[in-house]
Amino acid sequence: MIPGSIVEIGGIPVLLGVQDRALLEFIDKRYAAYLTTKPSAEPFELTVTVTPDGGVYQGNQVRVEWREGRWLLEVFDSRAEWFSGSGRGWLRQSAAFPESIDAVLRVLHSILLAPQGGCLLHAASAVRNGRAFVFTGVSGAGKSTLAGLAPPDVVLLTDEISHIRSVDGVYRAFGTPFAGDLGVAGKNISAPLEALYLLAKGPENRIEPLSRKQAVNALMRNILFFAKDPKLSEALFETACRIAACVPAYRLVFTPTPEVWEMIG
Amino acid sequence: MSMYIAKSRSIAARALDGEMIIMSTSDSMLFTLNEVATEIWLAADGRTPLSQIVQDKVCAKFEAEPEAAYADAEDLCRRLADYGILVISDQPIESAR
Repeated sequence: MIPGSIVEIGGIPVLLGVQDRALLEFIDKRYAAYLTTKPSAEPFELTVTVTPDGGVYQGNQVRVEWREGRWLLEVFDSRAEWFSGSGRGWLRQSAAFPESIDAVLRVLHSILLAPQGGCLLHAASAVRNGRAFVFTGVSGAGKSTLAGLAPPDVVLLTDEISHIRSVDGVYRAFGTPFAGDLGVAGKNISAPLEALYLLAKGPENRIEPLSRKQAVNALMRNILFFAKDPKLSEALFETACRIAACVPAYRLVFTPTPEVWEMIG
Repeated sequence: MSMYIAKSRSIAARALDGEMIIMSTSDSMLFTLNEVATEIWLAADGRTPLSQIVQDKVCAKFEAEPEAAYADAEDLCRRLADYGILVISDQPIESAR
């Protein structure tokens, strides 16, 4: 096993093999709650190299492509290749943008989750009374706002990127370190998924049931979906249909006041 | 001239609450079909003429007037074909699944 830090998110351990001290410090700080020395499974391995120019690509788009048996990833100044068959890959990034590794981890987890019937979802999520509630929506829909209004008995899993997968036939939401406007990592716990809410800001608080078709539409619009790959698309569609079939979904129209949480849980 | 219809191979489809939701796997575009369109979609085997499908699955179940029902079905099929999720031909479609 290569030396480095093991970051386990949603029960998926990834060993980040890093020599660069500054990047190691960044990783240990950013993913503190998700570091482990006793992973729940054999870790996937990503060897990270810091170079002056990184992987060279400098655009803002996340580019992901499946080609000749491997995933090619380009994010900001970084470039990575991931070999699904071996569960290993490499990443080159610059010292100037240590955050690149966060974007790469999001892509990697979306790739690793798809064949397991899971997904990363643009959504805040939280646990209340032992049950998980997921709040999805596009940027500006109110994910971070709602998370920021949560009362003390609510444990936040994330205000930006939710991790959902089935465990023993039950969909669970897991905490992630992928933060949005709140800028804080979610709690590293999980709970059975009780309900999915499609967020919209409005003049009053109200909840309307969504049909399963509407739920699939909402999920497909908000699942992190980096690659235009037919097999991956089909896997994520199946996941969206399965979640919609067993988790009740609602439209949550809310005003940004703490009272909205009286309707949750 | 008869029209034959078959589901594209580049789709994923699931029935939810009696209606179909279909995704084109080439561009991830989603389509939801109503009850009538779902009947036509389910019968799109590449071998049964659309006229027969309309007669058996639409007129018989929804008490639709045959000519209007066929015109609507043909329009629907052409639009779905434009999106690449249905294949249409004036002959039976051998490669239909």
